[in-house]
Amino acid sequence: MAYKIIVCAKQVPDTNEIKTNPETGTLIRDGVPSILNNDDANALEEALKIKDAHPGTVITVVTMGPPQADVMLKECLAMGADDAILLSDRALGGSDTWATSNAISAGIRKAAEKMGGYDIIFAGRQAIDGDTAQVGPQIAEKLGVPQVSYVKKFELDGNKVTVERALEDGYEVIELQTPCLLTAIKELNTPRYMYIRGIYEAEKAEISVWNADDIGVDKEKEVGLRPSPTNVFKSFTPKPKGAGQKVAGDTEKEIAKNLLISLKDKNII
Amino acid sequence: MAIDFNDVKNIWVYAEQRHGKLMNVALELIGEGYRLSREMPEGTKVCGLLVGDEADVKPLEAELFAYGADEVYTLADPLLKQYTTDGYTKVITDAIEEIKPEIVLFGATHIGRDLAPRVAARLNTGLTADCTRLDVDMNNYINFLEAKTTCKTADLVPGNPAYTKGEGLLKQTRPAFGGNLMATIITPRTRPTMSTVRPGVMKKREKDESLTGTAINVPVKLAASDIKVTVKEVVKATKELVSLTDAEIICSGGRGLGGPEGFNLIKEFADKVGGVVGSSRAAVDAGWIDHSHQVGQTGTTVKPKIYFACGISGAIQHLAGMQTSDCIVAINKDPDAPIFEVADYGIVGDLYKVIPQIIAEWDNADALLAAATK
Repeated sequence: MAYKIIVCAKQVPDTNEIKTNPETGTLIRDGVPSILNNDDANALEEALKIKDAHPGTVITVVTMGPPQADVMLKECLAMGADDAILLSDRALGGSDTWATSNAISAGIRKAAEKMGGYDIIFAGRQAIDGDTAQVGPQIAEKLGVPQVSYVKKFELDGNKVTVERALEDGYEVIELQTPCLLTAIKELNTPRYMYIRGIYEAEKAEISVWNADDIGVDKEKEVGLRPSPTNVFKSFTPKPKGAGQKVAGDTEKEIAKNLLISLKDKNII
Repeated sequence: MAIDFNDVKNIWVYAEQRHGKLMNVALELIGEGYRLSREMPEGTKVCGLLVGDEADVKPLEAELFAYGADEVYTLADPLLKQYTTDGYTKVITDAIEEIKPEIVLFGATHIGRDLAPRVAARLNTGLTADCTRLDVDMNNYINFLEAKTTCKTADLVPGNPAYTKGEGLLKQTRPAFGGNLMATIITPRTRPTMSTVRPGVMKKREKDESLTGTAINVPVKLAASDIKVTVKEVVKATKELVSLTDAEIICSGGRGLGGPEGFNLIKEFADKVGGVVGSSRAAVDAGWIDHSHQVGQTGTTVKPKIYFACGISGAIQHLAGMQTSDCIVAINKDPDAPIFEVADYGIVGDLYKVIPQIIAEWDNADALLAAATK
């Protein structure tokens, strides 16, 4: 059986590389590489594994972002996705998770028309820039499909999906039917590299770019900054904590002793 | 359906329980909700929301009262014995639409982060993820900004639009961009205001068993066909449960360990000092230790009495998860490592030489201090 799969992905700045300007309290984003969000790479990999096992399976990657996000989509195509759609429009800018899920669920509905429906939507658990983990479940709600988040193991048998959902102190084994939405975590798999031929073909591939009108969302009421129920009140950087004391001593033994004396003296131990 | 702004009152805390045991974060949020309710118009209550099978949840009402809840709403049904996104979303959404709380708080656990977005989407209201601070009172908020952040507060004066915009609203502060940036979020036009809050950040109130409150059973309308998933099995981790959030001492290792075997020394260190083993993301990504040990923005937020950072350079996303520890001791070869900027005690040196000495001298601390002050 061949499947129709949607993968939700996001292009994010590599937050490990970000620094802040302590004077202005703003992010220094210049020169910070943009990458395919980590968990989303696991989402795509799981879709690709289904395609490996079930020839004829079709994978469409959907993202929302600025025009430059096509670079990330081409990376997804080079890994083996069949089609890529970029939702891009100034009217979508400033969307919070509620508005973002309105746009992406509308984009998925339109993509599904093109594909003739969908069986599974894979998303990453969360994006490393916002870390909210909200958009996946909110897309599921808007499409009216069941969800399982934090998926660390996945099996597929016909229309039956069996997954392991990670908890803080173990996991649950959950069964459900397609269509459904699953959010992936790192433990699910190891994403593959791009194929050399894939990179070449992806370079030539046409990325569909859809604007707010194409996906039929109401620009006043559903997407963008204004209708978003949450607003940023203030943004700032944490104040660096003052550096403490260097522990003195000529030998490691002396250093250890001086540390313990001070900890004891201050009733810390 | 959106809820009318004028009808709402009280703070609800989703009192997450698993198999009849409350999650710690539920009690932390009752404490925080109690504090916030007293910053709000008189008569505002903090209310626990229990969802589950009756036998599991009924005994928990008294515990919520003992930790400060004014009221407890209980949604009980055999179909709610196991957490399911569908079942819990339906009954919680129904209860919110009927009773109309002003604020609903969830713990940012794996379940809270699954449930809250779905509830918020169904109610078409705003949800702020992983908050580390909540304020209603503007003066408390300004004091926080001035003490802990680089934020300019000159525009936050009564009457100024920048002030009015957030007046009386829940100001929800959270880290973003891996902890590099913080943002305060408001939900100005829709109700309830919803937030998930990081476990381990808010303070429980002192338990007082003499406290009681009003327990309210809310009738539940739920059919088996409302639930589209089947939980076949719940497996507890067989590995030792890492309770980083409760630990008084944490010994954390990072890339500076040089390899997975470095955690043997960290474990020995932790055993000696009665602590728990933590790690940086780098060590987890390298496959040296399980993710459950990870401290930081994408791991666990911790606030122990002592945090030993061993071979951890101090990436900002790590600092975001541990910099409020009471005392930080950093051991690192690199004198320029950012970890030293937040450390109370900095040791520049080889952790493989320093830690064995700390282990050797740990039990002698009293005698060492006595000798030093003689």
